[in-house]
Amino acid sequence: MLKNRIIPCLDVKNGRVVKGINFVDLKDAGDPVEQAKIYSDGGADEICFLDITASNENRDTIYDVVEKTSKKCFVPLTVGGGVRTVEDISNLLNCGADKVSINTAAVNDKQVVVNSSKKFGSQCIVVAIDAKKNGDVWEIYTHGGRNKTGIDALKFAKEMERSGAGELLVTSMDRDGTQVGYDIDLMSKITSAVNIPVIASGGVGTLDHLVDGIKLGNASAVLAASIFHYGKYSVKQAKEYLDSKGIPVRI
Amino acid sequence: MKVTIVDYSSGNISSVVNSFKEVAQNKVKIEITSDLEKIKASDKIVLPGQGSFKSCVDALNKISGLNDALNEFVKVYKKPLLGICVGLQMFADVGYEETETKGLGWISGKVSKIDNQNGKYKLPHIGWNQINILKNSKIFKEVENNSHMYFVHSYEFIPKDNRVISATTDYSTKVVCSVEKENLFGTQFHPEKSDKTGLKIINNFINL
Repeated sequence: MLKNRIIPCLDVKNGRVVKGINFVDLKDAGDPVEQAKIYSDGGADEICFLDITASNENRDTIYDVVEKTSKKCFVPLTVGGGVRTVEDISNLLNCGADKVSINTAAVNDKQVVVNSSKKFGSQCIVVAIDAKKNGDVWEIYTHGGRNKTGIDALKFAKEMERSGAGELLVTSMDRDGTQVGYDIDLMSKITSAVNIPVIASGGVGTLDHLVDGIKLGNASAVLAASIFHYGKYSVKQAKEYLDSKGIPVRI
Repeated sequence: MKVTIVDYSSGNISSVVNSFKEVAQNKVKIEITSDLEKIKASDKIVLPGQGSFKSCVDALNKISGLNDALNEFVKVYKKPLLGICVGLQMFADVGYEETETKGLGWISGKVSKIDNQNGKYKLPHIGWNQINILKNSKIFKEVENNSHMYFVHSYEFIPKDNRVISATTDYSTKVVCSVEKENLFGTQFHPEKSDKTGLKIINNFINL
């Protein structure tokens, strides 16, 4: 039976983890490679890096991080943030990323998704959708949630599936950072609209939120940052909890 | 001992390279190349493959003499070869991804899309699934039945002769996820991304 995945996400800026926590045995809390290794040793089903480096000069730091991590972690590694071109994707894959997540670039020009999935295969192309509720619909935002686009999230999700995305990473901008739980409405609408796997993101504060994302939102995988960063829960605890609620997980 | 990972522009092979190097440490030489002479001189070959069946077959054919060198390695010298994901699928006679495409024909059978039962099963089949070991494949030494492996694919290899199947996984149907036929080994899952158990399979192959 296919298991639901738990994906801890690390925000990386200029090659360093933002909001890192002092794990026991961790020499350098800011080192993304060390943190990723702790997550993968703890049973993370995948690792996600979100590069939030603002300046272009420091963008190369993520390549170094990916390269080092992929030599130590033997679970899938997804990298997103600032991915604009097919060449960016190629660079990340060559450094050892297994999947690349595309956000703003996919909204600006779906051809990036079409071309990259043709070139590298759908299996490594994740489209990240940042959506905010506006009346009865959800609208796509880009540039880390700063720019409103007027694009309907459900329509966009279907279009990305047709364009060759292998997975969708759906983040509720209303919930992101709030720790009040995923936007279940948004998740369930998107998961029923597409036939590709959906990763739920944005708003996790408790282990029950992870359960809801899977049971109510029908997500194939759940992504969370803060609850793992701040040491509130370990990946192992999260898995054991999901297991106790009857959700199939890899233990 | 020299193990060669065939680099034929079949997509991202860095994870395969990293995992083999991790397992081999400095005891076994891991070479990444499409050089025909180096391939012929290897003791073992790894044939990775990402993207579509057609794109991988096309990429193989683009390198002049590569097909012949692989055929000779497998059929004449009967040295061990491990196909991963589309690398395994290409063992088949024919694949139906994008368009009908001739495979390597090493193990009789076809590659077709997994039946998603009208949307009941999401495709690609992405994530960790358990394997049902059907026979004692040499690469499963000390690998427990029902171990979790990492999958990412939408197509499945359906061999004509069931006896080559060494493991299946449950997703819509019993999807063939590992084969062994004499010196040929293949996994539909990605041992390079399947944590410690995956590395054990790689270690078993290296130590055949």
